[in-house]
Amino acid sequence: MTDVIVEFNDLGFQYRAQAKPTLYTIHLTVRRGEKVLIAGPSGCGKSTVANLINGLIPFSYKGEITGSVRIGGRETGEQSLFDISHTVGTVLQDSDAQFVGMTVAEDLAFALENDCMPQKEMKGRVREIAKILDLEEVLRHAPSELSGGQRQRVSVGGVMASDVDLFLFDEPLANLDPKTGKQAIELIDELQKRTGAAVIIIEHRLEDVLHRYVDRVVLMNEGRIVSDTAPDRLLSSALLSECGVREPLYLTALKYAGVKIREEMHPASLPELSLTEGEKEQVRRFFLENRGKGEKETRPELLTVKNLSFTYEKSHRKALRDLSVSIREGEMVAVVGTNGAGKSTFSKVICGMEKEDAGEILFRGRDFTSLSIKERAEHVGYVMQNPNQMISKVMIYDEVAMGLRLRGVPEEEVRVRTEKALEICGLYRMRNWPISALSYGQKKRVTICSILVLEPEMMILDEPTAGQDYRNYTRIMEFLRSLNQRGITIVMITHDMHLMLEYADRAIVFSGGRIIADKSCARVLTDRDVVERASLKETSLYHLAELCGAPDGTEFVQSFIDYERAHERA
Amino acid sequence: MINLFNYIEKESPIHRLTGATKLVCLLLWSFAAMSTYDTRLLLLLAVLGIALFPVGRIGVRDVSFMLWFTLVFLVLNTVLVYLFSPQHGTQVYGTCTYLFGFSGHFAPTAEQLFFQFNYILKYFATIPFVLLFVCTTNPSEFAASLSRIGVSYRVSYAVALALRYIPDIQKQYHEISQASQARGVELSKKASLTGRLKAASAILIPLILSSMDRIEVISNAMELRCFGKNKKRTWYMAQRFRAPDYLCMLVCLLLLGASIALTYVNGSRFYNPFQP
Repeated sequence: MTDVIVEFNDLGFQYRAQAKPTLYTIHLTVRRGEKVLIAGPSGCGKSTVANLINGLIPFSYKGEITGSVRIGGRETGEQSLFDISHTVGTVLQDSDAQFVGMTVAEDLAFALENDCMPQKEMKGRVREIAKILDLEEVLRHAPSELSGGQRQRVSVGGVMASDVDLFLFDEPLANLDPKTGKQAIELIDELQKRTGAAVIIIEHRLEDVLHRYVDRVVLMNEGRIVSDTAPDRLLSSALLSECGVREPLYLTALKYAGVKIREEMHPASLPELSLTEGEKEQVRRFFLENRGKGEKETRPELLTVKNLSFTYEKSHRKALRDLSVSIREGEMVAVVGTNGAGKSTFSKVICGMEKEDAGEILFRGRDFTSLSIKERAEHVGYVMQNPNQMISKVMIYDEVAMGLRLRGVPEEEVRVRTEKALEICGLYRMRNWPISALSYGQKKRVTICSILVLEPEMMILDEPTAGQDYRNYTRIMEFLRSLNQRGITIVMITHDMHLMLEYADRAIVFSGGRIIADKSCARVLTDRDVVERASLKETSLYHLAELCGAPDGTEFVQSFIDYERAHERA
Repeated sequence: MINLFNYIEKESPIHRLTGATKLVCLLLWSFAAMSTYDTRLLLLLAVLGIALFPVGRIGVRDVSFMLWFTLVFLVLNTVLVYLFSPQHGTQVYGTCTYLFGFSGHFAPTAEQLFFQFNYILKYFATIPFVLLFVCTTNPSEFAASLSRIGVSYRVSYAVALALRYIPDIQKQYHEISQASQARGVELSKKASLTGRLKAASAILIPLILSSMDRIEVISNAMELRCFGKNKKRTWYMAQRFRAPDYLCMLVCLLLLGASIALTYVNGSRFYNPFQP
């Protein structure tokens, strides 16, 4: 038995269909008991590293490997994919797709079945794992009956069953609400302590992963390892922003206040962060200087909802209960809450995709409920989370023009309006490209553009930045902000607390089919009760305020937001 | 949304039988019902099949959609048979007994009515059993038993997996169709046929594309957990054959035997009450 589980030596890799290598001269060693985070922007090669570790390269994806990849002490080329999977257990990003069995018990047993374990032994093992992961109650449930957190635990359990030496988590936080994400990080930590195995987490959401201790952060950019060091040291350098990875928010706040981040401060962990009295004073002064500068104006109501209720016909589940809310012209609003709290149902009822049981929907004061789904789309556009679910044409131009052509608009007007929309979205140059040539973020832009062409006054976007790295996130969000500045009201359904803080004027919080809060984001994210009920996460800024003894945590957060917006726009 | 593959989890003697037993019984039973027009045996099968519903704890409500579907089809079929060959009964039974004082090509005969009664009875002999099979067979356990009776486990797992993902795909279809309606795709009866065909493509293309993404992820997920490593695999849901399994198969075999024996005794597939 060797202690070194992963050993990359001068490794390079080029996918068969690509012109340039994806990885260059990678040296990486991971030992038993270590916990390593691999971070970096999209396209930096971190997923390729994951595929090299779990054997999908070379067994499923072909390409040219130079240098050496040793897993469990042997070159991967000399093993089979199945040998490797006894050393490395992979938990994929999409825990829904990872769920292969019909029920929880079968999914936990899947690897054991493939290893021909006798049924009796298998049942015992499944019971044991279910007990550790607190899944005993749901063993007979189907994936659709589980919460996001339970599904994540099943994914982990399915890998745990075969006693691996290394757990590899590929973006474990994507698609999870903030509280579940926090629990996932805690689960990974406990898992490692219990098994003593090595853990590799691939994730670009640094602050969330650092919620629990990690030994090293491997930072990647453009196919190379830029840094491989302790998190405290990495955070006190300037490398993160150079690579387009977001640093923890409390560090950004410290920098705004003029505090220099030093390794001895323990910047990786907020509870252990140690600041001198002088530094705390700097933070307090920053807060006082930027306090209460946000101006308020009230604009006319665009969408007004009164006493709205909705029940799903099939399951008789009351998804919306007596909702009343209004959205004003030109606002940029975040809708937050757990999965199943009613956020998506709310937007579907607004757009006419589902029919309410009772209540009023007014748009500019006029009744909206008598309009068809098609007519409503000319006022309120809906953009789905996954762009692949919306794209049905081959060329960008045709995709964007589709909505107009289906409405029988004369071709000349179609051309003018489509080109204008393409221009606004920065896609004009690419208008004759096939959509398949675009990246995920660009596809997203096409779907937004194809809604924008109908010139709606309001847009509802479901998770506009899910699964995007910081750079793409910024691009998409800045684009939405520019649309907002053109006067389009924007409603974003999101799990991302950063997005909410940075871009939304206001947050509407859903829980159990009701609206439990409707106020500024700073107030929502510092309200312990709302945070708890809606499975959100208190922002680290609030804890920083406490640490520095700022008199009012909520206002501290607000002044940070105001400062950042003023700062960025300038 | 309608759930077509409606396994209903309950605790009953029929649920406890293995999937393989139920499949074998279904085949034997269907052969028995198909090979004969003997009224007595069909009546027995129909009564027996319906009587099994309370045993399997399946209510009429659970199968109402499929039941309506078959009933409509049955009525349609019966009417068409009568319209196209109103004399078929006479040919089959060799006599011609006009009823109600009518005569002529379309006049009702006792033979025709009896023939069509048997025809309807055939539906009632088979459909309840098929519905019962669908409602009481757990797809994974079914996959396990398929592989036990010699089907390759890759094939049987593919069956189970398809059943696993059908609800997901239904949900996706629903979402995509809503989004495209918002963009102006017309799905209602207002649109012309070509319009609706175009509309279908506007939904199917994104559905297929996003399913393709999924297939890649799922097949990776399966391989990473050793699917396909060995020639065989064990099954968590596998069940042992027990005495009731053998008993049920025996009963169904006897029914098939009776069906064949009756054909032999009657001298044809039909039971003929019209000739002395």
